[in-house]
Amino acid sequence: MPVDIDIAKVAKLARVALAAEDLELYGRQLGDILEHAELVQSLPTEGVPPTSHPLPMTNSFRPDVVTPSLDRDDVLSQAPDHEDGYFRVPRILDGGEVPADG
Amino acid sequence: MADLADLTIAAAGVGLRAGEFTAVELLEAVTRRASVTEAHLHAFLTLDQDGALASAEAADAALARGEDLGPLQGIPLAVKDNMCTQGIETTCGSQILAGYRPPYDATAVRRLREAGAVIVGKTNLDEYAMGSSTENSAFGPTRNPWDTDRVPGGSSGGSAAAVAVGSALGALGSDTGGSIRQPAALCGIVGMKPTYGLVSRYGLVAFASSLDQIGPFGRTVGDTAVLLDGILGFDPHDATSYRGEMPTVAGSIGVGVAGLRIGVVAELLDKGIAPEVAAATRGMLDQLAAAGAKIVDVSLPAADYGLSAYYLIAPAECSANLARFDGVRYGLRVDGGTTEEMMANSRAAGFGPEVTRRILLGTYALSAGYHDAFYGQAQRVRTLIRRDFGAAYEQVDVLISPTTPTTAFGLGEKTDDPLTMYLSDVCTILSNLSGDPGISLPIGLDSTGLPIGFQVMAPALGEEMLIRVAAEVERLAGFRERPALATSEVAST
Repeated sequence: MPVDIDIAKVAKLARVALAAEDLELYGRQLGDILEHAELVQSLPTEGVPPTSHPLPMTNSFRPDVVTPSLDRDDVLSQAPDHEDGYFRVPRILDGGEVPADG
Repeated sequence: MADLADLTIAAAGVGLRAGEFTAVELLEAVTRRASVTEAHLHAFLTLDQDGALASAEAADAALARGEDLGPLQGIPLAVKDNMCTQGIETTCGSQILAGYRPPYDATAVRRLREAGAVIVGKTNLDEYAMGSSTENSAFGPTRNPWDTDRVPGGSSGGSAAAVAVGSALGALGSDTGGSIRQPAALCGIVGMKPTYGLVSRYGLVAFASSLDQIGPFGRTVGDTAVLLDGILGFDPHDATSYRGEMPTVAGSIGVGVAGLRIGVVAELLDKGIAPEVAAATRGMLDQLAAAGAKIVDVSLPAADYGLSAYYLIAPAECSANLARFDGVRYGLRVDGGTTEEMMANSRAAGFGPEVTRRILLGTYALSAGYHDAFYGQAQRVRTLIRRDFGAAYEQVDVLISPTTPTTAFGLGEKTDDPLTMYLSDVCTILSNLSGDPGISLPIGLDSTGLPIGFQVMAPALGEEMLIRVAAEVERLAGFRERPALATSEVAST
């Protein structure tokens, strides 16, 4: 089991911009919790299937029929920024790739 | 006449139909109660006074026309603030969703509305339902109505506190590791987690999708069963929703326990359980035996691994579910030079410490190279736990344990140590891992006057048996105490 957690990498993967002192605190706490969680490693589980749903269900199909969906204006009214019926975000790429009229 | 806010749902339904009072008067009574208790408790994040009045007036008009929609018509109820309510702010107790007004109702909420219920407001919770004390709310904690220096439990602490004092006659919560049953125990009311898949999760903001289940709070087992009946059912909007025949709980109250086999989970009654809680549990077992049940000692060997498995599965699923809160479609946005920076800034500003901790833990547990060792292994352990339950239910009809290791703990007592906080869910977490139903109900007070919760567990879809045993425990316990905050002297000042 890993002893060192690269907490900065984990925070980047999780898309959370954390200050250095927060990274240090979370890194330590995660280590403590994982130490406890590692108890599950000690149980032999070879050949045991995983559980994700307690009832015997497989695929859940519905008829392929079009039904009304949410009103677009209602949905967009909750967005931080939108334009022409789309969600609007800052540029995706760094640098000057975006055309001047983009 | 007694204050209408102290009625059970059953009694209120009778009074409404007998013309003793109107739904509007009933709503006014709980609103008056809330106006006194909220300053002490902070159970609600939003009160929908206009919407509630319109619903109450509609219920009165319908009843006057002879349109009887059943036992929830005109009944004032509260809903945990992680369930979407159309046009009514739904925050999940998080800054990242402050001001969010969903464009639709969660299915469970819609079913309550269709049954004529009056939704009075949205209740406080640990942020995104992650916590056991309601102290993780970004909008401040809820306090325990029995002692306001103590926590109400969590994460559905607002719903439990509201029902305990009568600022709603019943409520909905969600239970991922005990978040209905544990606050019900700490607030001295009844709370139930149904079988996974029985109640649609559509519109419940997802925390850990394979564990989350919506369920009811009531002041009696009967009220809780009526609420369950009002919200269960297949929903095409939830792919995990159960399509088979639903359990019927009406008629399971008053049957008694003669001839039933009741299993006591050894792993949940000795280690780490407060002596007074263990003694009260054993006392109830003696009463059940005297009432004709056969008490059987049962062991769930894999139970000791439940908490560890839970704290891998829940954070892993939460880290995936909460990826959607990224400043694009709803909620808080904090600007950044690029979309990725904007997302990382928004999430850092919007999520509180416990949510951030679990997202990081889950991201780590799911990251390349660790997925199978952590999440995969935890899911296999889950299967072992289910097998233990299956073996136990070959010998017994239900299992019992304390709901919580202790009665309500102090505000701030466990906030500095996440692991200690997690331990308060040790008795409830197994039902989420197994997917089976569980219910908590009060059986007495400890020496400091705090309620003690008793848990009954049953196999999947065994709600009828669950309610049957719980109703007998309720009768045997004869628990009638109410918190001082709910007594009319305080409430009428």
